[in-house]
Amino acid sequence: MVNGQELSYLLRLVIQRIFAAFVTLGVVSMVVFAAIELLPGDACQAFLGQMAQGQRLANCRAEHQLDKSPIERYGIWAAGLAQGDLGNSIKRSKPLEEVIGPRFRNTVILGLTAAGIGIPLAIALGVIAAWFRERKVDFWISGVAIFFMTIPDFITGTLLISLFSVWLGWLPGIVIMRVDAPITEVFSQIGLPVLTLMLVMIAHIMRMVRSSMIDVLASEFVMMATLKGLPRWRLLLLHALPNALLPAINLIALNIAWLMGGVLVVEVVFNYPGIGRLSVNAIADRDLPLVQAIALLMAAIYVSLNLLADLLTLMLSPKLRTQRVQP
Amino acid sequence: MSGAEQTMRLVLRSTSGKVGVALVIFHIVLAIVSPWVVPYDFNAQSEVLEHMGPSLAHWGGLDTLGRDVFTRTLLGGREALLVTIFGTAIAMVWGSLFGMFSGFKGGRTDEFMMRAVDTFLAIPFMILLLLVIASFGNSVIVLMLTLGFLYGIGVIRLARAATLGEVTKDYVLAAQARGESVWVILLAEILPNIRDALMVEAAMRWSWMLLAFSALSFLGFGVTPPTPDWGLMIANARIYMPLAPWPVLLPMIALSSLIIGINLMADALAKSLGLDRVQRMPL
Repeated sequence: MVNGQELSYLLRLVIQRIFAAFVTLGVVSMVVFAAIELLPGDACQAFLGQMAQGQRLANCRAEHQLDKSPIERYGIWAAGLAQGDLGNSIKRSKPLEEVIGPRFRNTVILGLTAAGIGIPLAIALGVIAAWFRERKVDFWISGVAIFFMTIPDFITGTLLISLFSVWLGWLPGIVIMRVDAPITEVFSQIGLPVLTLMLVMIAHIMRMVRSSMIDVLASEFVMMATLKGLPRWRLLLLHALPNALLPAINLIALNIAWLMGGVLVVEVVFNYPGIGRLSVNAIADRDLPLVQAIALLMAAIYVSLNLLADLLTLMLSPKLRTQRVQP
Repeated sequence: MSGAEQTMRLVLRSTSGKVGVALVIFHIVLAIVSPWVVPYDFNAQSEVLEHMGPSLAHWGGLDTLGRDVFTRTLLGGREALLVTIFGTAIAMVWGSLFGMFSGFKGGRTDEFMMRAVDTFLAIPFMILLLLVIASFGNSVIVLMLTLGFLYGIGVIRLARAATLGEVTKDYVLAAQARGESVWVILLAEILPNIRDALMVEAAMRWSWMLLAFSALSFLGFGVTPPTPDWGLMIANARIYMPLAPWPVLLPMIALSSLIIGINLMADALAKSLGLDRVQRMPL
């Protein structure tokens, strides 16, 4: 039971963490801004390249308020951000929300699909590997998973394309769709990218679940349950698994953040119109305001998912929660 | 150096350790001697352009420009190895120094450093890398320094945690009582005691950095053509896969075998030192 003292302690911890996350994001926005500021040339010079001279340059600078001091510009940018206004893209000359929005949607669709299938699968495989530890099943599951975790994601993607698309002809090798294609069309195209992402991420979670499951299975309460004659599936799923998942929460959050942040290389491999590929294109085009906005978006996803994982771990583990309640 | 010798012997005791070390040594030796052993000029274009399949004369076939894939694969890891080996060294040195200092100092310094590390880890590395390369070019020095800087941030955390486990031990207190300076304590007393953890970390960072480097050249930001590089070769040959699947094969095998070798070595090293290899995402 959660008593009053514990609750107020918990509340204080939660507020502390949320506050810390906001501070981190504020500092990240400064670092991202400063990093772009420190690069040689400003956004207009970078974008215009050879043509960055005279009136054209002056016009561009005036339009994007580059004639103001860096501190003033950071103020304008940060104030805009706080109101959900990201600024304008230089190359695409329209509000950044319109550029980022649909592509972010695509990245989220891809990431959630990969996470939705991959994470339960990884947990299941981890449990199976732990149950059959040091035996053939474990050896094969772990071996294959580690192989795909180790090799570069673009090699995994290329292998899958050559197998399923070039050789067997079952799935489209690259994604050909409009940025704002309806969801059903997106789903019809993302088979191979989802498979690639799953293969890359499964091993991390599977190994973690496997090793913490082995620890839990060796603990006294599991032995007690076994001696009481509990059916195996009950023992595994209802008693051991919840305890084994606790250490994996942070890793799962990290994986989701990684997926939501747009997986640059995989999106490029499959020509998928998400924010990962957008960021590569933005850098190639020298569209610095766009780069800045994407970097901040990715950081925000990372920070908030980490926060969520921290809070979840806190709620679920009595040990951490009550650690410092006793005076 | 009997300690290092003993560690090496332990690593080589396991099969996976043997395979890993053999793969890594093979790739390093190859990177050094390859310019003298390749059968063709890496940039020479064959006259028979349409003949792209593997043959006795061209084991790996020819790429789209009629260049010998086998030759280019032998040469394709040189810049990757050069950049990542020195990049890892840079990351380990600066990360360990800052991390040890932070853990040893404790208090506000430590608090501040850890906040800074958290902040930097939130920034997407790949975008930062691409930005720096887009602005400062893709010379070996820029790549080494940028990768070394970014991958050192994670080392700070590990070195700090390892140092925290040592600072309260008697030998550190004794050194402090003798009036040794901070850097003497860190480098002469604490460093030898956390060396094992740092060595495993270095091996892991190396493989992650190699992943990042090959991704960069795959995206066209890493190595300037016509210099052969595995990531770049895969990227170029990939487009023609439906017509000619073989040019992607050798560079994929080469890159994968090196990364797998480093990982096997890291695993064996961690096991022989009695450390559990940490389960983390490559950053």
